Amino acid sequence: MTLETSMRSMKKTLVLIAVAAGLAVSAQPALAEGGAKHPRSGGFSFEGPFGTFDQGQLQRGYKVYREVCASCHGMDLMYFRTLAEPGGPFYDPHQENPAANRFVKVLAAEAQVPDIDSETGEAIMRDGVPADRFPNPYPNATAAAAGNGGAMPPDLSVMAKARHDGANYIYSLLAGYRAPPAGLKVGPGQYYNPYMAGDLSSYWEGDAHHVPVGGFIAMPPPLQNGQVTYDDGAAETVDQYSKDVAAFIAWASDPKQVQRKQSGLGVMIFLFLFAGVTYLSYRRIWKGVAH
Amino acid sequence: MSDHESTYVPKTGIEKWFDSRLPIIRFGADYMSLPTPKNLNYWWTFGGILALCLVIQIATGVILAMHYVPNTELAFASVERIMRDVNGGDLIRYTHANGASMFFIAVYLHMLRGLYYGSYKAPREMIWIIGCVIFFLMIATAFLGYVLPWGQMSFWGAEVITNLIGAVPVVGEPILIWLRGGPAIDNATLNRFFSLHYLLPFVIAGCVVLHLWALHHAGQNNPVGILIPKDRQKKDTVPFHPYFTVKDGFAIILFLIMFAWFVFFMPNALGHADNYIPANALQTPAHIVPEWYMLPFYAILRAIPDKFGGVVAMFAAIGVLFVLPWLDTSKVRSMRYRPTMRTFFIIFVLVGMGLGWCGAQLPDAQVVPGMPSFTLFDGQLNSYLWLTRLLTAYYFLFFLVLMPLVGLRETPRPIPATISEPVLPTVDDPLGAGSSEQKG
Repeated sequence: MTLETSMRSMKKTLVLIAVAAGLAVSAQPALAEGGAKHPRSGGFSFEGPFGTFDQGQLQRGYKVYREVCASCHGMDLMYFRTLAEPGGPFYDPHQENPAANRFVKVLAAEAQVPDIDSETGEAIMRDGVPADRFPNPYPNATAAAAGNGGAMPPDLSVMAKARHDGANYIYSLLAGYRAPPAGLKVGPGQYYNPYMAGDLSSYWEGDAHHVPVGGFIAMPPPLQNGQVTYDDGAAETVDQYSKDVAAFIAWASDPKQVQRKQSGLGVMIFLFLFAGVTYLSYRRIWKGVAH
Repeated sequence: MSDHESTYVPKTGIEKWFDSRLPIIRFGADYMSLPTPKNLNYWWTFGGILALCLVIQIATGVILAMHYVPNTELAFASVERIMRDVNGGDLIRYTHANGASMFFIAVYLHMLRGLYYGSYKAPREMIWIIGCVIFFLMIATAFLGYVLPWGQMSFWGAEVITNLIGAVPVVGEPILIWLRGGPAIDNATLNRFFSLHYLLPFVIAGCVVLHLWALHHAGQNNPVGILIPKDRQKKDTVPFHPYFTVKDGFAIILFLIMFAWFVFFMPNALGHADNYIPANALQTPAHIVPEWYMLPFYAILRAIPDKFGGVVAMFAAIGVLFVLPWLDTSKVRSMRYRPTMRTFFIIFVLVGMGLGWCGAQLPDAQVVPGMPSFTLFDGQLNSYLWLTRLLTAYYFLFFLVLMPLVGLRETPRPIPATISEPVLPTVDDPLGAGSSEQKG
């Protein structure tokens, strides 16, 4: 086989792999969206192979979560110590041990955690420590549903992975509440949001060919301008709050993602070099063999 | 190649000791020096790639099993915990999850290569049939594994697929209960699925040994598709090592680049977002879809209006592969010399992708948005339902009608006498006579 034909057959192989992968990827969006508006881009710093989290944004996002979202939404998979891990909102390069992180110790201590008194065995409440989970606002799922008109506020631990285009979706949804278009019947305890998946045709009294996109959501618009105080000069607007909390949830959904991407770059460089060396060996070994 | 004589000479004392007791070093050495057709192209590298995929899945899987908890209350959180708190756990889990997709990309290309070059034809029927067994086991293993994270798609996928068994008349219902370990999908289901998911890869590994045994007994096919005559062995083959270790090695590295790209930079791109929502038996997802590699078969399942009929069609789509060696009547192996069949093959590949596309859509959705159509029997003509039926018809037509018919009626192009002469022999070329054996 000459170089030309071998390159040609290799190219064909690669094209086929790309087609297979493309097919797999493109099959997804059609499934997840329904009649919702395509999410707006939050212009996030962590997108792409080189992207990293903006630590200031993660801290602001945590503050928004803590002061607004956490009154209804739990994050059961999150521990306070995770906040201090490399890449996290309160990572301190001078204190590698997340359990000893001074910020996280203070944040954890704000929470009251149910425990058993080790002397008496009685149920007690104590101050949280970095090894504790984020407190859940409700004692159980039934209580959470009962307190919210039957719709349990979903856990936010992996929310950015549980929705297509996670961070952009969360940002768009939170900042995207609109007054319902005239002709749309909105039931009690429901709110219109163009980014929410749904089918509004049976609630629409206008032109049947122009049913508004979006759906109903049981969560009232959670954010107002000026609601959370930022001490780093960032804009105290719904748009900024939404971006920040979306970034925080994106981090919490996959806290290792930036480290993984960084090792991925090294892996890629290695594999490309390895491929080059192997190809040269291949050329040399097959030299003089007609095939 | 079956009569490949051993050229291994034990040199050291320990080698001699082993050689007279357990000639395992000789086995390895013979394997490495196996005469291999020198014209194998890059489509032949997927065997090695698949072996690596299996090793990667087993290695990562064994580690995941150390941390995973097969309990409906804890499974979802335990998978997340692996990715958050286990050292390198995010890489191990994402490698395993994406590894399944990579495994299927490779196996589909491997099977299409076999189909195109007639690698299933005599004397290689057993290689092909064992390969079909492996493919079937892979589907089963992948399905079982997808249930384990206990997300919404895990649960509802298990619900839909186990329900299929219930569609079998008379024995369906008892088998369904036995399979689920109860009347509904629950902890017992998850536990047995975990157990079987750990077992089947080793059954696959056993089948791989048989697959390779049959391969090395019958000898490898090649792009020209002719058997290499004994007196041409020296000229037309090269030892497996180093010629094909380096060629396979290069292809494996290219494959790993694609694999690593997914794992490091877009680990969730091939999965469904709904599977990061914990399983909830009271809330059915809007669209229940399997992973991409099962979509063509899922489409065939949904194309048939009768539930049991759909199950039969889906299993038949895989089952038909087992009898392929006897459906193909052509004397010529490689489709390089079968222009008619090659056209049908290309259509078949497109149909397979089309079925995958259809499997991800809602059956009632319009294929061409806005195009007016009419109701044909049970659905609009301009719907994925009817497109899927059309493609399903071609899928079966390809194997059951075109394979037997084209082989009998086509006139293949002349075949070179040896793999060293891919150029067409002239009429007065004495070697050209040897190729008549291949013609129908």
